[in-house]
Amino acid sequence: METLEAPVKKKAKKEKKLRKIMIINSKATIDAAYAALILANGARMEGIASEMFCTFFGLEMITKEKMKHLHVATVGNPGMHIPTMIGGLPGMESFASNMMKKEMEKLDIPEIDEFIEIYQASGGKIFACKLAMDMFHLKEQDLIDDLDGVLTVGDFYNRADEEGAQIIFI
Amino acid sequence: MMEAVIANRPVELNEEGYFLKPEQWDREIAHAIAEEEEISLTDKHFEVIDYIRDQYDKDVALTIRRIGKSGVVNIKEFYALFPDGPLKKASRIAGIPKPASCI
Repeated sequence: METLEAPVKKKAKKEKKLRKIMIINSKATIDAAYAALILANGARMEGIASEMFCTFFGLEMITKEKMKHLHVATVGNPGMHIPTMIGGLPGMESFASNMMKKEMEKLDIPEIDEFIEIYQASGGKIFACKLAMDMFHLKEQDLIDDLDGVLTVGDFYNRADEEGAQIIFI
Repeated sequence: MMEAVIANRPVELNEEGYFLKPEQWDREIAHAIAEEEEISLTDKHFEVIDYIRDQYDKDVALTIRRIGKSGVVNIKEFYALFPDGPLKKASRIAGIPKPASCI
């Protein structure tokens, strides 16, 4: 057991090397959406600046009509341990997705829309990819009202161009 | 575990400076830790601190979401009161062990 002579006062402020986390979410599955949100929100919880960029199927988590109906993949997902033929049966994805949502509720994990609100209230930003929006014929009004903007890939890299920024692709 | 003296009172802390014995905490200690975090505590801060200690006493695992729903502060205010890592900072100032929360 070590004893401190002086009180803990004025511990030297450690300069943070990780200052900004930028998460790119390109997938529409529940697991991808939560991984993106937990990483992005977790950064804010540590006092790290945080931004999320939704592209391709990742746009579904910020599309008003889709965000409440994300699914886990029951086909081609070895993690589910369901035979491919069974995973492809009608209703299987909904069933598995609902089971997963129930488990998450038990752990006090919010639904996607509430999680996005929590994340934005913490100061986190969410952007949509312009090219993917064009591809899926999505307009800004199709996406969440509090979207922080629509970016090109160049805009995104410009936002990343600062010391201590890290980009994570999901 | 290490022993420290905060506001002239002996306390037991973990390596990261979180309380191991919340019963050793009092408001003067809270002020001393907050000063170190460059936060000057207001009545609003103490409302949050009281809520956090109350939840800890009731053995409820704290999350940002729960604090946002507490009716004491919303999430935006919570981040403004305890900038740069509110759950951890507030827990340290409130003299409870480090929260193990990902949300």
